Amino acid sequence: MARYAMVVDTRRCVGCADCVVACQTENRVPLGYCRDWIVQDTWGTFPELKTEIRSERCNHCNNSPCVRCCPTGASHIVEGGIVLVTHNKCIGCKACIAACPYDARYVHPDGYIDKCTFCVHRVRAGKHPACVEVCPTHCLTFGDLSDPNSDVTTLLRTRVSKTLIPQAGTQPQLYFLS
Amino acid sequence: MNSSAMIFHEQVITSGRMNPEIDPSLTIWGWEIPLYLYLGGLVAGILFFSAYYVIRHREDEYPTAVKMAPMWAPPLIVVGLGVLLLDLSHWRYFWRLYTTIHLESPMSWGAWTLGIITPLSFLWAAIWLEDAFPRFSWPFLWIKGVINTIRYFRVALAWLILVLAVLLGVYTGILLSAFNARPFWNSGILGPLFLVSGLSTGTAWVMLLARSHGEREHFSRIDLMLIGIELFMIVHLFMGFFSSTEVHVEAAKLFLGGPYTAPFWVLVVGLGLVTPALIELLEVARQKVPVQVPAALVLVGGLVLRFIVLDAGLGSRWLY
Amino acid sequence: MARQFTRREFIKISSAVAGTAALGASGIGCRMPAFLRDEPLPIPDSGVRTPTWCEICFWQCAGWVYTENGVPQKIVGNEIDPHCYGRFCPRGTGGIGAYLDDQRLRTPLIRVEERGKQVFREATWEEALDKVADGIRQVCDRYGPEGIALFSHGSGGGYFKHLLHALGSNNITAPSYGQCRGPREEAYAMTFGETVGSPERTDLENAHCIVLIGSHIGENMHNLQVQEFSNAVSNGASVIVVDPRFSTAASKAKWWLPIRPATDIALLLAWIHVLIEEGLYDQDYVARYCTGLEELRAAVAANTPEWAYPITTIKPHTIRETAREMARYAPATLVHPGRFSAWYGDDTQRARANAILNALLGSWGRKGGFYVPIKTKVPKYPHPAYPEGKSTWREHPEQYPLATSALADGVCDASIPSVRGEERIRGWLVYGTNLPMTLPQPARTYEAIQHLDLLVAIDLMPAEITGWADVVLPECSYLERYDDLRITATRNATIALRMPAAEPRFQSKPGWWMAKEIANRLDLGHYFPWATIEEYLDTRLKGIGSSLAEMQRVGVKEIPTPDHRFYFAAGEAIQFATPSGKIELYSAQLAAMGFDPVPRYTAHPEPPPGYYRLLFGRTPTHTFGRTTNNPILCDTMRENEVWIARNVAKLWGIKNGDYLTLRNQDGATAGPVRAKVTERIRHDCVFLVHGFGHSQPQMPRSYRQGANDSALVTRVNVDPLMGATGMRVNFVTFEPAATPAGTVETARNQAVRVVEREVV
Repeated sequence: MARYAMVVDTRRCVGCADCVVACQTENRVPLGYCRDWIVQDTWGTFPELKTEIRSERCNHCNNSPCVRCCPTGASHIVEGGIVLVTHNKCIGCKACIAACPYDARYVHPDGYIDKCTFCVHRVRAGKHPACVEVCPTHCLTFGDLSDPNSDVTTLLRTRVSKTLIPQAGTQPQLYFLS
Repeated sequence: MNSSAMIFHEQVITSGRMNPEIDPSLTIWGWEIPLYLYLGGLVAGILFFSAYYVIRHREDEYPTAVKMAPMWAPPLIVVGLGVLLLDLSHWRYFWRLYTTIHLESPMSWGAWTLGIITPLSFLWAAIWLEDAFPRFSWPFLWIKGVINTIRYFRVALAWLILVLAVLLGVYTGILLSAFNARPFWNSGILGPLFLVSGLSTGTAWVMLLARSHGEREHFSRIDLMLIGIELFMIVHLFMGFFSSTEVHVEAAKLFLGGPYTAPFWVLVVGLGLVTPALIELLEVARQKVPVQVPAALVLVGGLVLRFIVLDAGLGSRWLY
Repeated sequence: MARQFTRREFIKISSAVAGTAALGASGIGCRMPAFLRDEPLPIPDSGVRTPTWCEICFWQCAGWVYTENGVPQKIVGNEIDPHCYGRFCPRGTGGIGAYLDDQRLRTPLIRVEERGKQVFREATWEEALDKVADGIRQVCDRYGPEGIALFSHGSGGGYFKHLLHALGSNNITAPSYGQCRGPREEAYAMTFGETVGSPERTDLENAHCIVLIGSHIGENMHNLQVQEFSNAVSNGASVIVVDPRFSTAASKAKWWLPIRPATDIALLLAWIHVLIEEGLYDQDYVARYCTGLEELRAAVAANTPEWAYPITTIKPHTIRETAREMARYAPATLVHPGRFSAWYGDDTQRARANAILNALLGSWGRKGGFYVPIKTKVPKYPHPAYPEGKSTWREHPEQYPLATSALADGVCDASIPSVRGEERIRGWLVYGTNLPMTLPQPARTYEAIQHLDLLVAIDLMPAEITGWADVVLPECSYLERYDDLRITATRNATIALRMPAAEPRFQSKPGWWMAKEIANRLDLGHYFPWATIEEYLDTRLKGIGSSLAEMQRVGVKEIPTPDHRFYFAAGEAIQFATPSGKIELYSAQLAAMGFDPVPRYTAHPEPPPGYYRLLFGRTPTHTFGRTTNNPILCDTMRENEVWIARNVAKLWGIKNGDYLTLRNQDGATAGPVRAKVTERIRHDCVFLVHGFGHSQPQMPRSYRQGANDSALVTRVNVDPLMGATGMRVNFVTFEPAATPAGTVETARNQAVRVVEREVV
């Protein structure tokens, strides 16, 4: 069974926000909203500094609190573990927004709840998500973790990686290589 | 002399994320949800005691609690539901709630509980209507017949309502505590706390409506006990946070030196719990005190509690 | 000509023209879900696909535009284009916003006087072009064609350059010379006989050691350069970043040298000293290709790391270690020449030091250093020879002997009577460059404008320059037009086609059309002998065995150059285009002109107490003022912030997110601007992203967002060699300011969480 995941190589990421803009034009995200974003984490005091740059989005968690708490089943999981929202089942109660520790969801101006879909329309056509395909530094990789030879599996096997807030128990599928 | 070094950790979202109602902090729920939770708790309390004393066959001892107070349940529930509907951003699809049940979703629990308890509360009010308003009498014989039949089975109905009322009261808290993404809500105590608070507001409602001194005094005693349990739970709530993770400690600190310190400890605990408890103590000690005062304080305190808990929870987060 | 207006007023283009944004919250073509109908998933990459090359910055990446129902929906890169290899940068990806921006210019505008006030009235193209042609003719008749100058930045400017040459004027300039790359180009020309070029001929991908001096690749988003830098970093390249600020590049570096601003020459000289003293330079390469080693050795004898330490605040052992690191990986060590180099007034000499360092490492012409770019030519469309110009800017070389291109600020000065008297320039055509925010010392620009008989602004947006024009001509965006072929030769020789993806919006027209129409009115139509732009392009393409039809299909075509060698062969004899035929470590040419033959460090004034040096730079989602109104790119960054060191902020009581006004040493102000309190910058300087702080209310998205750093550049240090205006010589202090109204809603604040931990 496929398990899609995305790997972000923070060594390569320069935080240019191309992923943010590409997602917006690919998915017609309304202006003023974004499905993915760039975080810069800086530690230390001048001049001993270290910065990690990450491209973040919905983690399409294995143990997703948002799917669990949805009263109508609008938030659901499809093949590969991709978490989607069925617009005409969503009542806009916003429980999923409260449940997401990554604050990845938002209320779409049309009323339903929206978020990153891993470009499921592209994945089903055999392509990669828009952010992955546009990234000029090639820091984003998308693939199937259940395939032992896929790019993502290889990367996770050969490099040190982490996820965000693992203690929240969500089993996120967005990995960050250091 | 400052001999310790400072290490800074700066986290910046540099692509300008400003999703409305998400950034810079969650504002997805306004006044509608705390009001709805409050009304849910209040109705739960009212129906609980009404049902309980029917089961205990003491309906004539506490007529207000059993017969008068439930008159308020239907309108309060309807207002609560209306306010809930107002909050939905995609309200035209609200009926989807009743096309499925998700056992892992407290909101689904709540939707179904409300879905059942609302008509039941109407039914319950209907059987006591003639008692509450002596000049009223059901038209048509067949209606009278139906009412009397239901009345005959009122103990069974009361059991059903009792269980649903407890569910309603507890779910208002579990709804929030199931969101482990909001550290301030993430405590198992929240459910029972809201239930007890709901019951307490229910007794306060009865105290306001009650005609006989005996009934007033009885419910004062119950309320006193409930307030005691609430205070105990609040202490435990904070103890739980302090023995949990960093974000929980930070969330707790919002109430101990942070922006919610004064509103919570003065308004909710001081005026909403301790003061009415003291007044009720006096009442129990046979002093003459206007019972409306502690009742009103408890009712307002419960409302403020919900508002503060909602607000503080939305403001607490794991990231950024 | 009797000037129509004795005094030029700034006209705000009325909001009736600018209109309200058609982009509501429902986004770009959002569809409402039908009740109960299962919403079908969108079809990926649907719509009509047309080739283009991007205009958002000068890198000119080729890509594909997907259009549905006549509206461009998204842009992606062309896989075979060596500028981007299928991946556009965020600005290119957001190029759709340039098309969608409802606040762009809509109709031609002509300055008239109404009731004692100067306003713009909407005009037809006929009227506007007639007026432009009349204006040009009048200037030419009275003062000759040299009375007209062209400021050009952008691909459509080529047609106006052609027009000016046809007219007989050589007064063509772009701010990118005197205000940007000029010092670097002349320094490298002095040293190696060739310029670095644009795009730079840097072999980043193969470099094992990369030295960046002020370059903030990663925030500077020149596409392939970032791709190559990222590859190099990923392959373990050793990166050394010299920057007063902890930039993105610095965060990927092995060494970050937080140098005191204005002391880079000292560091470069110290490095040169170490390489020579420790014999770490490429001895074979230097012996074979360079001249002047002994003079160089003598000149830097005193420039030890110990000498450089108090000047630069970089420790001596760090200087030595980094020099050794460079030598360790030489010749695959690239000391990046940078791009914007107009810093402090001794910039050509600093770039010379940079070039000399590269020469010592042997990186010029070697793998991992600087490759030899391919040269290619595509036959031009035949046109009559240009008339000889009577005079050019070259005839005023007395000040800047090394300048090989017209200085934009020089052309500006040449329009002021007190500078040039009756010989001055009388009319400006300004294509795609917003002079008030581009040239330093804006007061000078405004003074020059006041003396013009004619000012024509051709632009996409109602940028500040348009408010001063006599005639405003609205150009359509690059997504709505054809343009000349993109011909580049770096590692590959390629041509790329730009064709319209959509019809021009409102009344806008392409630049080529405007130039042709103006030429026709000036009896210069024979210089534009092609009937349509398609014919023009097809003819040129047929000259290399292609055609318009083919290019419309493929977008990018490579011109094979199989025999090209990118690197010097071992032992190969090379003749450099310098007076000595060798790489000149010591420049006799400079000595003869009275300049330092080997760069020398001179101290620059430090900021006075309470003031901080103003540094400015780039951000990846914007190309300065060109994109600050782009609705899509604005979403990622709406305003700039001033980076202030935490210690400094503490002194001033400034907290992160406070709004400040910046005041410089001459009393000029900018802001209010949000403060970013950070550890990532030195205590003696502050940093702003350039291009914000617009003053045009008809571009509400960018109006007053952030601070305009150009307004603070009231002082420049002019480079005596080639005239570049060094602009990092201004100092600012802070004044509290009120938080602008509606900040939370209109400004995209960046959520910040700062945790301070005490470590005992």
